Amino acid sequence: MSENQNQAAIEMRGVSVGTMRDVSFIVVEDANWTVAPGEFWVIAGQQHSGKSDFLMLTAGLMSPVKGSCRLFGRDTRIFGEAELAERLRVGFVFEGGHLFNHLTIRENVALPLQYHRNLSAGAAASEVQTLLKLMELTPLADITPANISGNWLQRAALARALALKPELLLLDNPLSWLDARHRQWWLRFLDQLGRGHNWLGGRPLTLAATTDDLRPWQNAQRKFALLHDKKFSPLGSWSDVEASKDPVVKELQAVPVEETM
Amino acid sequence: MRLCAFASLREKNLFDRLTAEFYAAGMRGNLAKAFELTNTQVFRRAALSKSYTDLLGRKLFLLLLTIQGLGAFALITLGVMLKKSGVARNVTGPRIRQEIVRAGVALLPMFLFIAAALGFLVIGQTVSALARVGATGYLGSTMVIVVVRELGPLLTAMLVLARVGTAHVIELGTARAMGEVEALEALGIDPVHYLIVPRVWGMMAGTFALTVYLIIGALGSGYLWAFLQDVPLTPGEYFKQLAEALNWLDFALLALKTLGFGFFIAIVTCYYGLAQPLRLEEVSRVAVRAVTQGVIVCILIDALFILLYLVT
Repeated sequence: MSENQNQAAIEMRGVSVGTMRDVSFIVVEDANWTVAPGEFWVIAGQQHSGKSDFLMLTAGLMSPVKGSCRLFGRDTRIFGEAELAERLRVGFVFEGGHLFNHLTIRENVALPLQYHRNLSAGAAASEVQTLLKLMELTPLADITPANISGNWLQRAALARALALKPELLLLDNPLSWLDARHRQWWLRFLDQLGRGHNWLGGRPLTLAATTDDLRPWQNAQRKFALLHDKKFSPLGSWSDVEASKDPVVKELQAVPVEETM
Repeated sequence: MRLCAFASLREKNLFDRLTAEFYAAGMRGNLAKAFELTNTQVFRRAALSKSYTDLLGRKLFLLLLTIQGLGAFALITLGVMLKKSGVARNVTGPRIRQEIVRAGVALLPMFLFIAAALGFLVIGQTVSALARVGATGYLGSTMVIVVVRELGPLLTAMLVLARVGTAHVIELGTARAMGEVEALEALGIDPVHYLIVPRVWGMMAGTFALTVYLIIGALGSGYLWAFLQDVPLTPGEYFKQLAEALNWLDFALLALKTLGFGFFIAIVTCYYGLAQPLRLEEVSRVAVRAVTQGVIVCILIDALFILLYLVT
């Protein structure tokens, strides 16, 4: 599938990020970041710190205002029809799902499979059914997104992003709409994906998620970074996060104010 | 992805190589974001003009930018229609059929009613008036000019614009505001191919078919109303006159005109729905603007065809 399995999944050099609506409004400056295959990164930041725009830029949905961003060695600035195969190595889960409201959950999950493999609904059915079962979405399969809760919407968005078996999965604040039970399910499932899930043929998935609450993500295997004040700063492992004296990092862990003093 | 082109543009003078880079960015990617140039927004946000000439200049410039945007969008859509005609047919095929039903079959009952009303309001009275002055010999050519060349296609275009075009702007505008376009791009699906092309085919087929039904229905019901008013004209004479007044050029130009109406209504409504970054509260305002411009475009196309009729 990939020409060089050891190539960095994500490589950013001196990247400045604008917003989707106004590229001249810079939200992140001079970001440098390298993600090796199989790593699991959590990017923390307060609301409106530019996490979503940063992640969309990472996915190649927009280009950097300055610097270069490479996905599997390919500059995202030239992502077009010819680079479709590279694009399909990346899955993206939007905050809130961004499902297609005119389609049912089943059709939403089936769409990438049908479109890229030119399959009829019947031909894609078995793969879609497997994914729906994995996400426990079978009872909601024939309902449109407007009629289900945010918890399930987010799972449907995950199913859609995994349909084409990507090598890199980017998740924009995936836990923000979820209750405690669903949050636990997500954390377990993402860890399974990171280790190698049957759906992906046992291949470990590279993951990067954004969050505005670090508490649920504490895990020694994950790597952390902070987006604050237009700066992207890799923090290291969870122990480094805990040891950090940065008040913003403390705030994102919801450490009481007196402990940070 | 394509926003990079515009990022660099923003740092320069807006008029500096704007056109070339805009088209290049659009044609390279074929995606809706090619139109996210905010130059029209810059002009819309500009302070009130100090004089009428300033105001006129600003309006003229906005008009040119809109024509540029619509033209580029039309070219890109045509490019995608040709280049990706065989791509993902299992997905686009059902969507095209769905759009044909929406812009054609679903409107048929309304058009049958309009055809009957048109026959009564216009044709019945025209037939009756011509009979009163003994000019029934001009009936065929009058009907062909009024119904086949002008009223039928234009009325169909206006009704399709009102019923389906408005829905396009609102659906696409809402989809855009809800992030569905970004979701399509994230899945590697070309939004123009998935969202616009089926609507264009549906609108073209629907407008053409409905115009034919409207003309046939109006001519038929027109004679019926004239017959009820005791106009001395047999059905055979009536249809013979119509057949003599029609020539191959009428059929060819009627097909071209209705397909043109369908294509441009779809382009204008989809352009306003999809090609501009929208917030939910902007959707209704944009829908009004799209319908107004759709009407203007239809009238301009109609005027072009009048010139063609006059020349030929």
